[in-house]
Amino acid sequence: MSKMVQVPSKSIVPERDVDKTPILETHHLGIDFGGLTAVDDLTLAVGRTEIAGLIGPNGAGKTTVFNLLTNVYSPTRGTILLDGKSTAGKSTAQVNRMGIARTFQNIRLFSDMSVIDNVKVGLHNSVKESLISNFTHSFGFKKSEKEYTSRALELLDFFKMADLAYEEAGSLPYGAQRRLEIVRALATNPGIVLLDEPAAGMNPSETAELMNNIRKIRDTFNIAVLLIEHDMNLVMNICEGICVLDHGKVIAKGTPDEIKQNPKVIEAYLGKKREG
Amino acid sequence: MLKKYKNLSNYARTSISTYGIILLAFVILFPLQQAGALSYSFSGMLVPICAYIVMAISLNLTVGVLGELSLGHAGFMSIGAFSGAIAAVSLGNGTPDVLRLVLGVLIGGVLAGISGLLIGIPVLRLKGDYLAIVTLAFGEIIKNIVNCLYVGVDAAGLHFSMTDVASLHMTNGTVILKGPQGAVGIPKVASFLSGIILILITLFVVINLVHSRTGRAIKAIRNNQIAAESVGISITKYKMIAFITSAALAGMAGAMYAMNYSSIVAKKFDFNTSILILVFVVLGGMGKFFGTIVATTVLYMLPEIFREFGEYRMLIYAVVLIVVMLATNSSGAKMLKDKIVDFVKNLFARSKNKKVEAGGADSE
Ligand SMILES: Nc1ncnc2c1ncn2[C@@H]1O[C@H](COP(=O)(O)OP(=O)(O)O)[C@@H](O)[C@H]1O
Ligand SMILES: [Mg+2]
Repeated sequence: MSKMVQVPSKSIVPERDVDKTPILETHHLGIDFGGLTAVDDLTLAVGRTEIAGLIGPNGAGKTTVFNLLTNVYSPTRGTILLDGKSTAGKSTAQVNRMGIARTFQNIRLFSDMSVIDNVKVGLHNSVKESLISNFTHSFGFKKSEKEYTSRALELLDFFKMADLAYEEAGSLPYGAQRRLEIVRALATNPGIVLLDEPAAGMNPSETAELMNNIRKIRDTFNIAVLLIEHDMNLVMNICEGICVLDHGKVIAKGTPDEIKQNPKVIEAYLGKKREG
Repeated sequence: MLKKYKNLSNYARTSISTYGIILLAFVILFPLQQAGALSYSFSGMLVPICAYIVMAISLNLTVGVLGELSLGHAGFMSIGAFSGAIAAVSLGNGTPDVLRLVLGVLIGGVLAGISGLLIGIPVLRLKGDYLAIVTLAFGEIIKNIVNCLYVGVDAAGLHFSMTDVASLHMTNGTVILKGPQGAVGIPKVASFLSGIILILITLFVVINLVHSRTGRAIKAIRNNQIAAESVGISITKYKMIAFITSAALAGMAGAMYAMNYSSIVAKKFDFNTSILILVFVVLGGMGKFFGTIVATTVLYMLPEIFREFGEYRMLIYAVVLIVVMLATNSSGAKMLKDKIVDFVKNLFARSKNKKVEAGGADSE
């Protein structure tokens, strides 16, 4: 483990969360791919009910940060603390059970399964049943299946998708697929959910609905959201703290207003033509 | 998509169609067999067909549901066949036939399941298609081991040797396994009825498993392993459950198969047999059990039916295979069909909403 530091960037943790352990902290996090340093010296904290943003030009290393946070990649340097506990050496599945869930930049649904089954896979670790009951469909199987179904429908209903429950996930329209990925992530009962470009490919009305949903997630589930997004309107509107990456390095951290005025950010990101 | 389906009704549909066709076949064929109305060769095929249906359904669990390629399924059948035969012979003539059969099948299943576990532990934790290579090697290794294995039983218990009968050091025992000559003196205790029961048990286990929490996890892994991990599914655990179940059922089928003959050789369970079972699965449909039952039955009987074509028999068999593959569910045929459907759709819906392109590539 690297040397411990003071919780950094308290300024971007909302007032209400300041005295609590951040749900997520990274300390000097970094990863190299061969000679390429994709992420370097990333130190940040996300408050327990914060909506935080991770922005930066294409290739800045944002998705790589998500892959590090979920242990898809093991960090070359630094530590990750989830609710105060180190995730070093854990598998992606274990890290999820510790309380971190995510969506993917290029949608990864279980596309030939039904919508409700996608959510039920997300609920996998919250409703337990004995292995033998899976082979026999007895010994409490009916009861736990009922619970799976009702909880999955409840979650889908929350995002107005209950009527799509028995559609094939891969056949949904693009926007609904993105929403389903979020529902599936929330089904794992996380303390923080990571959204990788949730508004990509959405039209303005879908984006507006997404913004509402992200706030609803935070308010209803009482969890933190960390999102990667190129839509500056969305980011500036709903994020309380923003971290800007460029070439794998943090170039700015702060509130939306601070970020908007930061000359480095303007030069590295906002000034450039958006590439999508 | 217009097609709507419910998980529950899907479960019911699969159960009804598969149990239904098996029971129907039984109700029709069993009285005929008892009355001696079936031809000798057809009657002799009943137990093997049952065994191969179990083989194909269990392989479909690995290939169609889990999405891992296994090229050595006959290896598990072999382990089941020889351990089952050894168990049945060892129990002796004093034991009731039913008990010999049941214990033989159970022991065959357990030993094949353990082999599945031993293969799975190192291989299924790796990412990538290593299972195909390892199972291929496994099938060949099992064949070669059995080919030089000698087993006998006497009052003191089982004796094993890798050289010859003499080195078993038995005074008054029965030799069960004679190296290249295979297992001999097997009690022919398998029957059409027991074959049908084994199929029903297999269907019960596999269909229930597929439509359960565990089955969802297995299907999720096949669909998208990275996403499955991201929602907390232990990949190795669920791959192991599917693979071991598949191996154990194959072992049971092997034991049932062996106890239909008085002797059996290891060559019966070689690479060709593994591929044959894979062909049943591919033609029957990935993850589709009704199709598997039909494909296995038809394809197993075809060479017999074509016998009158003499030397052209296998040529015709190959042509039929290709035609069926094109007509049903080969990915090539599917792609072609989808393309045609898309083309027609586009003709009518060109002006309508254009599909939104997915966002840029990400680096997973
Ligand atoms: N597995 C990998 N191997 C090698 N290079 C990688 C890998 N993953 C990401 N990278 C590189 O890291 C950099 C950051 O990529 P990424 O995190 O996807 O950027 P962003 O999401 O900000 O657009 C890119 O140069 C990319 O090519
Ligand atoms: Mg990215």
